[in-house]
Amino acid sequence: MARVVVDVMLKPEILDPQGKAVHGALDRLGFEGVSSVRQGKRFEIELAGMATPEAVAEIEKAASTLLSNPVIEDFSLRVEP
Amino acid sequence: MIDTTENAAKTPDHPQPWAELGLRANEYERVRDILGRRPTNAELAMYSVMWSEHCSYKSSKVHLRRFGEQSQVTPVGKLLAGIGENAGVVDIGNGLAVTFKAESHNHPSYVEPYQGAATGVGGIVRDILAMGARPVGVMDSLRFGPLDADDTQRVLPGVVAGVGGYGNCLGLPNIGGEVVFDPSYAGNPLVNALCVGVMRHEDLHLAKASGVGNQVILYGARTGGDGIGGASILASETFESEGPVKRPSVQVGDPFMEKLLIECTLELFAAEIIAGIQDFGAAGLSCATSELASAGEGGMHVVLDRVPLRDSTLAPEEILMSESQERMMAVVEPADVERFMKICAKWDVQADVVGEVNASGRLTIEWRGETIVDVPPRTVAHDGPVYERPFARPDWQDALQAASPAHLARPSTGDDLRATLLRMVGSPNLCSRAWVTDQYDRYVLGNTVLAQPEDAGVLRIDEASGLGIALSLDANGRYAKLDPYTGTQLALAEAYRNVAVTGARPVAVTNCLNFGSPEDPDVMWQFAEAVRGLADGCQELGTPVTGGNVSLYNQTAETAIHPTPVVGVLGVIDDVSRRIPSGFRTPGHIIYLLGGTRDEFGGSEWANVVHGHLGGLPPAVDFGAEKALADILHSAAGDGMIAAAHDVSDGGVAQALVESVLRHGVGARVWVPGGLDPFVFLFSESTARVIVAVPHPDEVRFTGMCAARGYPHERIGVVDDEGVLDVQGQFSVGIDELRRAHEETLPAAFAE
Amino acid sequence: MTIGVVTFPGSLDDSDALRAVRIASGDAVSLWHGDADLRGVDAVVLPGGFSYGDYLRCGAIARFAPIMEPLIDAARGGMPILGICNGFQVLCEAHLLPGALVRNDHRKFVCRDQRLRIENASTAWTSSYEDGQEIVIPLKNGEGGFVADDATLDRLEGEGRVVARYLECNPNGSYRDIAGVANERGNVVGLMPHPEHAVETLTGPSTDGLGFFTSVLMSMAAA
Repeated sequence: MARVVVDVMLKPEILDPQGKAVHGALDRLGFEGVSSVRQGKRFEIELAGMATPEAVAEIEKAASTLLSNPVIEDFSLRVEP
Repeated sequence: MIDTTENAAKTPDHPQPWAELGLRANEYERVRDILGRRPTNAELAMYSVMWSEHCSYKSSKVHLRRFGEQSQVTPVGKLLAGIGENAGVVDIGNGLAVTFKAESHNHPSYVEPYQGAATGVGGIVRDILAMGARPVGVMDSLRFGPLDADDTQRVLPGVVAGVGGYGNCLGLPNIGGEVVFDPSYAGNPLVNALCVGVMRHEDLHLAKASGVGNQVILYGARTGGDGIGGASILASETFESEGPVKRPSVQVGDPFMEKLLIECTLELFAAEIIAGIQDFGAAGLSCATSELASAGEGGMHVVLDRVPLRDSTLAPEEILMSESQERMMAVVEPADVERFMKICAKWDVQADVVGEVNASGRLTIEWRGETIVDVPPRTVAHDGPVYERPFARPDWQDALQAASPAHLARPSTGDDLRATLLRMVGSPNLCSRAWVTDQYDRYVLGNTVLAQPEDAGVLRIDEASGLGIALSLDANGRYAKLDPYTGTQLALAEAYRNVAVTGARPVAVTNCLNFGSPEDPDVMWQFAEAVRGLADGCQELGTPVTGGNVSLYNQTAETAIHPTPVVGVLGVIDDVSRRIPSGFRTPGHIIYLLGGTRDEFGGSEWANVVHGHLGGLPPAVDFGAEKALADILHSAAGDGMIAAAHDVSDGGVAQALVESVLRHGVGARVWVPGGLDPFVFLFSESTARVIVAVPHPDEVRFTGMCAARGYPHERIGVVDDEGVLDVQGQFSVGIDELRRAHEETLPAAFAE
Repeated sequence: MTIGVVTFPGSLDDSDALRAVRIASGDAVSLWHGDADLRGVDAVVLPGGFSYGDYLRCGAIARFAPIMEPLIDAARGGMPILGICNGFQVLCEAHLLPGALVRNDHRKFVCRDQRLRIENASTAWTSSYEDGQEIVIPLKNGEGGFVADDATLDRLEGEGRVVARYLECNPNGSYRDIAGVANERGNVVGLMPHPEHAVETLTGPSTDGLGFFTSVLMSMAAA
């Protein structure tokens, strides 16, 4: 069994009100030195079998069609050992 | 090791954590007497949660009986279901019935504001659904500590987002409610949610498991470890080697699941395959199984292993106590099970047969092939302990009532009155609620005729005939603190009047009684007085109490909240196109004040805002006048004689005038009636009063009707388009300035 | 003329869209998300709500419902499609419309009577209005901020595909105050505010929303 992790983030040019709010809260709580926060989503996908190149390619397809919306989001994918 | 009934019988001296679970020694003894042995852990879990104050009403029951002793007939006919059912059901005509109920979710909303409030809405919606009704609207009555307190900054935004998040996602319009600030609610916010539903008479469903051989089906969300803080004591005992299991005490709601549950359940009702149904509220499976079984004529056997779990580590006691949301239990004839499952599949709702109705007269539950519960279901669900708690009029009550507001400095000049008005309309309890209510969907379902900031919400129920309902939810903790009997009647009178000003006929009452600890005789006296006041008031108005909810222990250490009986009144309006809105719209309309004004400032918002004072006696109640006023408004609405009507209550005539001119941004010229002190005219909170706008051609007919009925009516002004509220001879203030003062308070308080 | 209204799990304003079609004198047909069948309707409304709880992203799961296959084909063939609120989100997720809708900039759900300007009165759904006409209809959303990259926004403006724009206040942070957009052909329109809640004086702030439904009925009758 293998696990594939897909991280989805809003594209840098898209406003992220949640990230902005977290940033504001960090400032108010006195956490210093933060210049920007962006909030994203993380999907942990358990594969039934091994992380073969074919299996990973399938997940990559899923990430670009369902898990992320390419109009506003980018994703990155990695296989966890 | 599983604590089976067999094991329990063999180990009578096994120590059990009954005290930690909230049972008293005498209550634990009673459980042993009932069972003739010590309870198993699972039985102990069930009894402890079902005999809690929250589920058993053990302190309040003796007083609440007053409501049941009253006539169960409303002005539009007999109740189809009354006290004792999940919610009262009122026949509104055309073969339609309405069911409505309010419930508190106070403490959970303090712990986790968003989820606490959200699951409060979810719970009351399922209550209404379980009656066989389609939920069609929600309201919320919210109370917080001072607006500027840090904790209010934490609690309020979360509660509002939770009420909105859940209700909006369910597609139920939020049509009204209250938001009140008072130091007495710091640390003890009140979150009371009301839901109203509609059904055809024949669709009324009551919770009972009858018919031997019928299948018991659990459907909806899987069961997880939500809200079972208490049961983990038992779980940790069960899993000694692994140490205590930490379970969250907060429930998490999934409104999408609930939306599916509603649509799925309504389709099941339509298919006529539900023999009995019960929602899951507090106490989860313990409550649903024992209530269903004890309301039926037989017994029930449940196989707990068949309950689908979200968390496979849950112990059986935890499964029984879990408060996971969005679950329902149905009793179905064997031949209908397949169709039942098909409808659930259509809506992607999981459903599992978990038990069967039998003739044993007992509720038995098995786990891994062994019996862990074997009880007479009535003893769990209905025959819990009942306490006659001592109560006594508090020794501070006389001093409080003696501290009359008469000595407080009053504004004497026009400029003083103007400054007082601006200060009042922007004060936390009188300012615009738009920051809150703009987060609620009031349009969905397309039948909202009136919603906040109107006095009452009005919904169209029957598109063909225009038949509709009106609802208002009101309380005034300050009045109730001064005199709980009168204060409760004032809440009733206000809710009744709020319904009446829309042109609807008030017909039935629900309530949510929020008080401190019943173990404090002062609090118990407040409670007893409140119940007596409400029962007497409903008797006089002819509007029966159809059901309600009690929330006790709302206090921090020795300090209880103000007694806060929240009263909901339901009205019926034959044709919603005849409803009367609250806002002035048309220049030239004549403004009348109906009802008499007295010098009444005890518990008033003026005393609160300007002097921080609470003392004296609240305004007098006159139910005869309230009824006469409601009749006038009902007739005037039917004949189309009045263009606008607005209740006069907190903040007096001044506040009512401000709200009515701001609604559509018109102006008004107003004069102080002869013989009245300008300050008393503007700010007194005398009851049985409304302001109305009458088109000139209808004036004679309207005043003739008031005169014929002997109701006080005073011409106090005229609507204009000058952009100013002018109180002649006293002061004038621009509409823009009024609007700023009224609307800036909450956005400024919650600015990010 | 029949107009279908799709019900997804979590659709909320479907009955309102059906009512609006009837009030506009059209034949309203209820369509189910799980059926890959448009039942011969002449136009389709994707209604507001929270399809699939708006989990993942608004409209992202509904976009893959069986009914979307024939719907996407029909849209490409010129059938008038109107997505309202959640329906707009579904159309963007299905790439029938450009851009996307993100959480309101103030992060709160907002319900208000919203003034709009009709910027293009030549689409299938707006022909009953005049260019530049101002209307007031309810707006209610938590994730209604319309976003797209500058090139897309410039193209939309240049091609007259901004159908409606917010006036007086931008309630959700939409780029360039955009409240609704159309595809190139003008048959597919997405709108964040709710015209179906402004079709009766009794329940709406106006009857300004009725024009969306009469537009499509008239354009179909003329065709």
